[in-house]
Order: sequence, then C-alpha cells, then structure tokens
Amino acid sequence: MSTEPNDWLIGQSVPRVEDDRLLRGAGRYTDDLHVPDAAEVAFLRSTEAHARITSIDISAAQAMPGVVAVYDGASVVDRIKPLLNAEELRVPPGIADLDPVNKLQPAPILATDEVNYVGQPVAMVVAETRYLAEDAIEVIDVTYELLPAVIDVEAAQAEDAALVLLGEDDNIGVHVRHGKGDTDAALASAAAVITETFSTQRYVCAPIETRGLVAQQDPFTGSLTIWSTTQTPHRVRDHVAESIGLPVDDVRVQSVDVGGGFGQKGILVVEELLVPFAAHDLGRPVRWIADRFENLTADAHAREQIHHITLGADADGTLVAVKDHIIVNLGARNMVGLVVPYNALCHLIGPYQVANADLEATGVLTNTTFTSPYRGAGRPEATFAMERAMDRLAAELGIEPSELRRRNLITSEQMPYETGLLDRRGVPQEYDSGDYPAMLDRAVEMIDVPAVRARQAAEPDRRIGVGFALYLEMTGLGPFEGARVEVMPSGRVRLYTGAPSQGQGHRTVFAQILADTMGVAFDDIDVLAGDTASIPYGVGTIASRALVTAGNATAQAGELVRERILDAAAGVLEANAADLTIEQGIISVTGTPSVELTLAELIRSVPKLAGGSGSDGLGETSYFQPPNYATASGAHAVTVEVDTATGRVEILDYVVVHEAGTIVNPVVADAQVVGGVGQGIGGIMSEHLRYDENGQPITSTFSDYLMPISEMVPEIRMDEIVCPSPTNPLGVKGLGEGGAVGPPAAIANAVEDALRPEGVSVRSGPLTPGRILDMLRSAAVSQ
Amino acid sequence: MSDLEPSGPPTAEPTARHTISFTVNGESVTAEIESRLLLTDFLRHRLRLTGTHVGCEQGACGACTIQLDGQPVRSCLILAAQVDGRDIRTIEGLAGPGDELTAVQQAFADQHGLQCGFCTPGFVMSVTSLREQSQANGRAPTEAEVQDCVDSSYCRCTGYVNIRKAARQALGLPIDVPVSLDSSSGQVSE
Amino acid sequence: MKPPPFNYVAAATVDHAVELLNGDTDARVIAGGQSLMPLLNLRLASPELVVDIGRIDALNTITVDGEGLTIGAAVTQAKVAGNTGVLGGWPLLVEAIGLIGHAQIRNRGTLCGSLAHNDPLAELPAVSIALDASVTVSGPNGERVVPIDDLLTGPFMTSLEPGELITSAHYPTLRAETGWAISEFATRTGDFATAGVVTRLIVEGGVARDSVVVLFGLGPGPQRSAVVEAAINGASTPSLSEAVLAQLDASIHPNDDVHATADARREFAARLATESVSEAWAIAEARRGGST
Repeated sequence: MSTEPNDWLIGQSVPRVEDDRLLRGAGRYTDDLHVPDAAEVAFLRSTEAHARITSIDISAAQAMPGVVAVYDGASVVDRIKPLLNAEELRVPPGIADLDPVNKLQPAPILATDEVNYVGQPVAMVVAETRYLAEDAIEVIDVTYELLPAVIDVEAAQAEDAALVLLGEDDNIGVHVRHGKGDTDAALASAAAVITETFSTQRYVCAPIETRGLVAQQDPFTGSLTIWSTTQTPHRVRDHVAESIGLPVDDVRVQSVDVGGGFGQKGILVVEELLVPFAAHDLGRPVRWIADRFENLTADAHAREQIHHITLGADADGTLVAVKDHIIVNLGARNMVGLVVPYNALCHLIGPYQVANADLEATGVLTNTTFTSPYRGAGRPEATFAMERAMDRLAAELGIEPSELRRRNLITSEQMPYETGLLDRRGVPQEYDSGDYPAMLDRAVEMIDVPAVRARQAAEPDRRIGVGFALYLEMTGLGPFEGARVEVMPSGRVRLYTGAPSQGQGHRTVFAQILADTMGVAFDDIDVLAGDTASIPYGVGTIASRALVTAGNATAQAGELVRERILDAAAGVLEANAADLTIEQGIISVTGTPSVELTLAELIRSVPKLAGGSGSDGLGETSYFQPPNYATASGAHAVTVEVDTATGRVEILDYVVVHEAGTIVNPVVADAQVVGGVGQGIGGIMSEHLRYDENGQPITSTFSDYLMPISEMVPEIRMDEIVCPSPTNPLGVKGLGEGGAVGPPAAIANAVEDALRPEGVSVRSGPLTPGRILDMLRSAAVSQ
Repeated sequence: MSDLEPSGPPTAEPTARHTISFTVNGESVTAEIESRLLLTDFLRHRLRLTGTHVGCEQGACGACTIQLDGQPVRSCLILAAQVDGRDIRTIEGLAGPGDELTAVQQAFADQHGLQCGFCTPGFVMSVTSLREQSQANGRAPTEAEVQDCVDSSYCRCTGYVNIRKAARQALGLPIDVPVSLDSSSGQVSE
Repeated sequence: MKPPPFNYVAAATVDHAVELLNGDTDARVIAGGQSLMPLLNLRLASPELVVDIGRIDALNTITVDGEGLTIGAAVTQAKVAGNTGVLGGWPLLVEAIGLIGHAQIRNRGTLCGSLAHNDPLAELPAVSIALDASVTVSGPNGERVVPIDDLLTGPFMTSLEPGELITSAHYPTLRAETGWAISEFATRTGDFATAGVVTRLIVEGGVARDSVVVLFGLGPGPQRSAVVEAAINGASTPSLSEAVLAQLDASIHPNDDVHATADARREFAARLATESVSEAWAIAEARRGGST
C-alpha cells in the first residue's frame, strides 16, 4: 500500500461514479443498445404442466409478415447441445464421499416430445419486431396429449407418484445426508425436544430489468458478440461456444448495465443459447428481452423448501442435537444440483455449537418452473427453520429467546471454528472469524428486549412481539476471480474483471481498492467489469463473492502494476526503484520533490525505454483463489404489532447488526444490507409464486405477485462489528446476500411472539393480512 | 440535445400508420407510427430515448413513468398514437448532457437512492412531478402525497429507505424520519 | 407483452365514434386506457379497431348543475378528484378515486372507463351504485340513459350493446345531510381492493333512513347488501349487531384468491361493514349539525 492509512479510500463512503449516467437516463442496459438491423425474438411456451407433444406446425408462423425464422425442437435438436449448468452441477470430491444423488437432467433447448412445466420453450420466432414475433407465435399449432402433472412436493415423493420427467426412475433430483455425532441418541436423552415443520414459499427474484441479450455475428470473422444481462459472462461464453460449436475464443460476452440480478441472472437458461444460435444461423443480430410474464412464469423460481426439523436441548437450553429433513422443490429439472440444498444444509446450524446433527436434503422434481439460487440461496430458508425452531425451544424451556441463543453461540475465542461438517467444497467447514455474542448483545440492546416485554405486560390488549434471527454466510465462493490492471496511453488506469455489477457499485468500490494499492487517483481509474474479451477467465457476481474474489484480485494486480511502474520509472528517472513513491499517480523520488513523473509521461516512454524489458506496457493480470470462505454474519431484531382485526402486521422497529470484515465503502455496504432486508420483507410479507392444482401459475403478473413497495419497508437501524477476514489480504467478506437472510425468520418470530396469547403458530409465509386472519381463526378453533 | 429523428415502422407491420407530431423534451417531433405501437417502444426504439425503462408493461412497476403534459403517467399504458399534439418529458429532458443534475437527480445521488439504476428514471420523474406540483401550488407536499409518490414504483435493490430520503431531500422535507416505536394503527385509515 | 394488431382511430365527435364502432370490425373504445392497455399488452383482448374517444372535447367536461353532476367519458379520475364542485357535492367520489392505483394511473384513467370495464374489485362501480348513478350511452339507435344497476351485469360485463359507448356518468345531487363512507382493505396501498364496503345514508332525528350499502370484493361483483340496509334503516345506532353480521355473513359468497381466502374475506366484510356504516353515520350527523 502506497499511502498513509488515513488517506486510504478503503473505508470511505466515496460517492458512486455510476450514478451520474444512471440518473440522466444515460445508462446502457441490454435493451437500450441500438444494434442496427437486430431482429427480435418471442417464444412459444408450453401451456401445459406435463404433456406429450403430438404435433407442432410452424408453417403458418413462417408465412406471417415480418417473420425471419421459426425454430421448433426438431430444427435445433441436432444443432445445439442441451443445457447443463455444469459448474453448479459439479459435485466436489468430499461431497461425493457422502454418496449424494445428483441427477444430470439436461434441459432440452426447445421441447421436442415432452413438456414438463408451463412456460417451457417450445418454439422460437425471430421477426422484425417483438410485436410481429408475438403475432407469429399465436399461429403456431401445437397439440398436446396431457400427462399427469405433479405439483405438490410431498405428493411427488410418494411411491406411486406419477413421473415429472418421463424416463426417470422417480422424482428425486438431488439427495444428500450429512451429519455428526449420534443425533438419535442425543435426542433420546435430551431434556427438551421440539419438532416442527417450517416452510418457505416459492418466490421469484424478479429484478426490475428482466433477462435479455443481443447477439451479433461479425460478418468477417464469424465470431459472436453477445451483450447480456448475465451475472456470469464467462460462463455464458463457455456454454454458448460449447453448445453451438464455436471456438470459445470466437464468442465474446459483455455484461452491460444490468438492472438487478439476485441470482436469477446467475444461471443459464436455454434462451441464452438459442438467441446466439439464431444470430449465428441467420447472420443477423438477434435480440430477446423477456417480458414480465416470462420473467414470473418461465424464468427461474426460488425458495420453496420444507423443513422437518427437530431440536434437542438440555434443561438449561444447551443444544445437544439438530435433525432436519429439508425438502427442496427443484421444479421440473435438476438445474443447479446441490447448490441450494447443500447451502441450506451446511448453513442451517449457523452460529450455534451443537455436537450432534443429522441433516438430510432432498431435491424433489415437480411439474413447475425450474429453480435457481436467489439472494441467500438456501440460507433464508434454513435460517427460517432453525431460528423459528429456536424460538419454539425457548418457549418450551421458558427462556427468553435471545438468551437461549446467547447460551449456544460460538464465541470469538473459538475462532477459527471447525463445525465438524463439510462445507460446500467438500472440505471441513471452518468459520474464519466473527463475534456472534457481541453481535447478538448489540441487537438485544438496540431492540431493547426488556422494554418490549414491559410493553407486552403493560398493554395486554395489544399484540406486540419481538423476534430475532441470527445467521451466517460463508462468502467469497471460489474457485477464483481475476483482475487485469493496465496503465492506458492517456495515463489513466483501467481495471478489467470478470465480476460485473448488477447495481452493487463495482466501478466505485473496486476503484477505491485500486487507488489505494496503486497510489493512483480514484478519478483516474476506470473499471470495466464483465467483458470476456478483456480478461480471459472469470466466474461472475454471485454468492456474495465479488468483493472477496475480484476485490483481492484487484489488489494483487494493483500491487504488481505498481511494482512495474516503479521499476520502469526508475529507468526513466535514473533512480533506484526503492527510492520512488507513487501518490495520486505521480511518481517522485524520496527526498527530491522537484523530480516528478506522471503516469502519462511514463507510459509514453515505456516502449522506447533503453534497456527495457521488451514489454510495451504497464499491465498485469492476477487471479485470486480464496483459501477458505470468509464467513460473514448478522443479527436481525424486529418488533411488530399485529392488528388482529385487520390481520395487518406493522413493523415497529427493525435492527440489523452485521459483520462483514473490512468495509470498503460504508454507504454502499449498508445499502446492500438494507436492500437485502427489503427483499426479505417482501418474501415473508407478500410474495408468493403460486400454482393451481393443475400446474398453472396463478400469480403471473404484478397484479397477483405482490412485490414489496416502499410502505412495507420501515427505516432500518443499523450497526456493525468488524472482524477482518484472515482468509484474504483485504480482510473483506461478502455481504450482498446477508440482508435477505434474516427478515423471514425474525419477522415470523416476532409475529408468533405477538400472537402467543392467541395461540397462533407461524409455520410459513407470506404473512399477508388474509393469511394472518386465517391463522387467527384456525388457532381460535383449535383452542 | 441533437435532433430527434425517429425511425419508422417496419414494412411488414400490418396495422394502420399515422403521422403524429408532438414535443418531447422541448423538441418538436413528427413521426410515422403504427397503430399498436406503445409509447415506451416509440420513445426507446424509434427516438432512442432509452432512459425510460420497461419493467412490466401493465402499469404496475412504474419504471416507464414519464410526464405527459406535465403530469406523471405510465408510458407502457399509452399508445404512441395517443400523444399526437401533446407534450412529453422524459428523464433525458431533466439535465442536459454536461449540465448540473436537477435537484431531484442530485438528491438521489446524495442519498445513494439508486443501485442498479433501472427503476431510477421512473422514481426521478415521479418525484420531479410532485416537486413541480408542490412548487406550483406554493405548498409543501403532504405526507400522503409523498407516500403515494414513493409507493408508485417498484425498486428491487434499495429496500426503498434511501429512495425515501432522496425524495424527501428533493421535496424540501426533513430527510430522516425518526423511528417511532408506536404503531400507526388507528392513524392510517385503510 | 405487445399488443396484437389493430387499427387505431381517434374519433372527432361522439357521432364519429358511434359510426366507427358500428362497422363490421370488432372494436373497442379507449379513453385513458388504464384498463384496456394491460389487456392489450397481455393479448387478453384482440380487437380489430381501437376507437380513441379521449380527443372528443365534448366528453372532456364536468358539469355541476341543478340536476346533479355529469362527468364526460374523457375526463380523467385525477380531474374529477381535483374538481371543487365534485369535492363539495360528491366527496365520496373524491375519496374513492384516492384509493385507485397511484397518481400516474389516475392521471390517465377515466371514471366512465372504470364503469365500462367493471372490474369486480374496482371502487368506482361500487361507489356509483351507492350514489345512484346513471350513465348516458350513445349508440346506433341514439342516446339512452342506463341506471347503474342495469349497466353492471357481472364481473367485467355490462349491458352495453355492440356499437355503444358510455358518453357520460351522472350523479344526482345528494341531500346536504347525506353521510357516506368507503372502507376497503387492500394488501398494498394502491392495489385493487381485496374487499370493500360503501355506505350512503341519512340520519334524521337520530334515526337512519334511505341507506344504500354496497359490498365489493365479496362476491361476483359489487352488490347492495339488503341485510345491512334493512338493519340500518330505522335504527338509532350505527352499530351492527352480531345477528346482523351473521346475516351478512350468510348472504355473501366471496371467493378465494391470491389476496385472501373466502373466510378471510368474510371477516373483512364484517369489519368493513361496521366501519363503513359507523363512519357514514358520523358524517351524516356532522353534516346535519353543520347544515342546521
């Protein structure tokens, strides 16, 4: 590091460089790109949850005005390889030793003989405009022979259940069981045992910008350029090249301005292969932007899980065993393997120490839209089960819920802490750092539990409750991310990385890191993220990983370039490199302030430097491979009041205490947490992607799929503690997902606490007024 | 701003064509359009004013909010043919290239009221409309008006907290709303 | 989500509109478009012709006279709500419009369009029943006046004949001492109502009469509640007894949907009816006090 710590930009709330363009309407999102002569795509999608296709007739569509091409399953089946999200479906060796089930179920590019969910692509029309493409879709004639559709996740596991995917042996896509100790014995001798079923309903990432891409073939070289909303451009590049048979070097994917992702744009869907294929096949640019109906019904869904959970504890509340059977509704195919089920499994116990655990996750197929990770990727669901169960245990034992948690937390002295389980990579799970008791203490103090209890006593007619949720998140998923740093001919510095932004502010945050590590001015740095042509390898922005992986790669590359700069400047200035410093991009000789060299001057002289290295520039590429996860954590505490007449839940106070290592930009970091909280509130309070019994989605527009609006998200009071991660030089941890993990459990705990006099059990969301009234009514009947 | 030269309908388009003239961001535009063309698509793809975004095409999300004759409207629920003779203002019509941001735009920057930026033009146009309305009326907006304004668009990134702060700054209201530990039951009618 | 092919024509006059609607083509009327455009974008409606009546100046007027209030078919909800004559004589309309969507929707949506669309969860059809409204309809056989009860025939259905359009809605003058209220429950502000109750009544000598109580979101469409009306008329207190609420419960047939179960709607019905009647009663008494 080149400058004094108190001058460092790391830790400062530098205003975002992104904002000016975006506020002027000068952002360039995928659908904003003007690519002359681009044709537009619409998809014919299955109207049936499960059926055989007995015929498809595309001839009328081909004859419609403005139609460029129509593709059905038969016309692409031999030309595009089926889709497998290979990275997600990979099972690491340690996990393989657990003998998991992880069925490879490639998604057909377009359905040929069978459809397995409503929304599955059946045919693709390419036309002069989206309007004309939709006109042509309407005249494609498909006949279906209905097959039994399996919608309910429990029914799908029955012995005699109909098959979701013909040709499979059963409806199990994923299964893994993992634990430690002797759980059954521990439960048999436990003083208190609670068993309950908690579930999380299906919901959708629903970024305001839907998924889309534009593909263009170079008429000279035949190479393809793809502008995309993806979170993982290198993966898109690799998959497109592989599936349509192009050399990977001839496919360039650029993630441009992206309007939110949250996981939905982090996995590949068949549309992302079909559109480049069409551009390649037709020699004409092709654009597809999902509409909201497609986004809600036919893009990835998430979150639907059932937890059959049992906790056992000593009389003093010390946890002795956790048993959980997690049922994950995968939708019609196993698209992303163990990612969500195993994430749920290995994050379930979270910050608590428990000697015995028996955790089983089953991913079940149903004739519903496939699912993907969504912000938290199994953690909000697992936290909902575990933290709801902790409240039940507290009630059973008559212990204040926060106190029960306190008694079971891993302490900072125990860090790094080995849980005795395997992490997602299949190696022993180790929490690198954290101070969970301090975090909880602050949350308890801020929400003021004694004051809430006093109010409950003083105002027995009101239904006020308090709830907590503690969680942790192993962030910074590997295996790597890269950064290429280069001094440009102007003397400005460019950073290229494979981890694009969907709103997280990478252009600002990574520039802060680079400014500090290189000693160049923040304003002289340009960050270009997510262009496969500018850095050959990358993973992307998913799983709370970008800051840890790309951030540290940036620091590494910045250090290397700084050394190159000083070496080159030593030649120009005829000085010793060790005597040179660089500040704000100006190189000077220690003790000789009159001698200065700017980066622009230096870079112009580098190629002609006598006795130079032969390199014509000042650039370095570095990849950071995290040795372990950086484990971030959080404590959410909330007080609510439930109006039993209206069923409305009002959040009176919401407190977040989070820990995410070194914070690079506090304002940006806090906003990431608050944004996650907003999504978590939407999930527990109103969002629900519902199907009817025939597998027809019944919340297919924003009239019925209830997104959170401003009035639903209260002011969030924040505090943080800092435990720099020892797993990386910057000491950072990921925090993109954490905010979304806590709210479902914390709010459900508070609501159940508030409605304890009514005997209400909260086992699932969403906690809409209508459902609260239903719960109150059924509690009254059973009392 | 450079002259806006709209491109026309594709030759294959089967619906009737119309010639419309209107002003957008102070500039007169005459264009040939087809009957069914949505105003959003006209602005974005024919005039290339891509700052107006499309999020749902059913009037729910607010990303496409623009001003029509000075009033905020959803441009996804308007046919281009319907704006003949009218006056339109989009996000591009607030601060010109190189000009200082407007007070509303600046408030969003100051309060970190945007992340991905996709919903932002809609919010900015809604808040701008309320600010102009309150200036025209010579009174501060009511809390109900502010709430209706910030409730009128979806944001998936920010959790709204900083959007509310930005709106309040732009509207000349105290930015921080103190957390009241009492419920609003009985105060807010449904 | 792009509209299907149709031709658009801006009608210059009502006669022009009627003429356009009476061709051989399947035509739909557009004014503000806040109901029709989502249907077009989702391709749930596929007319051959869309007739824009929004440019007919004669339809863009609000008239308050001895006969009452007349609102033209091109008048936006925002304009109705901002009209001082409407606020003075028909404040219930203003309050109901405040519950519709957000400013962006009210700036385009029209009152008459809401009646013609007749969404069963919409406020304006229910309020128009309570206010004893009628609409003027123009068609190939000239003009006719249709009482609101005859107009609204079922969810998303009206008695408009092919080729007809609503040109205005009429609201008779209310007696000065009329009390009114709209109580609704919506999951989020601006949503269509999950359930709602509109009340209009007069309280004379401490006793209510001439009450109209309209339920919406609690059955197939907005409907008057004979049970509640009978209970109020002649009563000397606004409180609805358990017996009345039980009768109310027995008289409704709410649906399950994504917003609430039928059972939850039954609870809403009891609470909203109680609230609506009591609020209307209080206003009636206040207005009587103020007018004497």
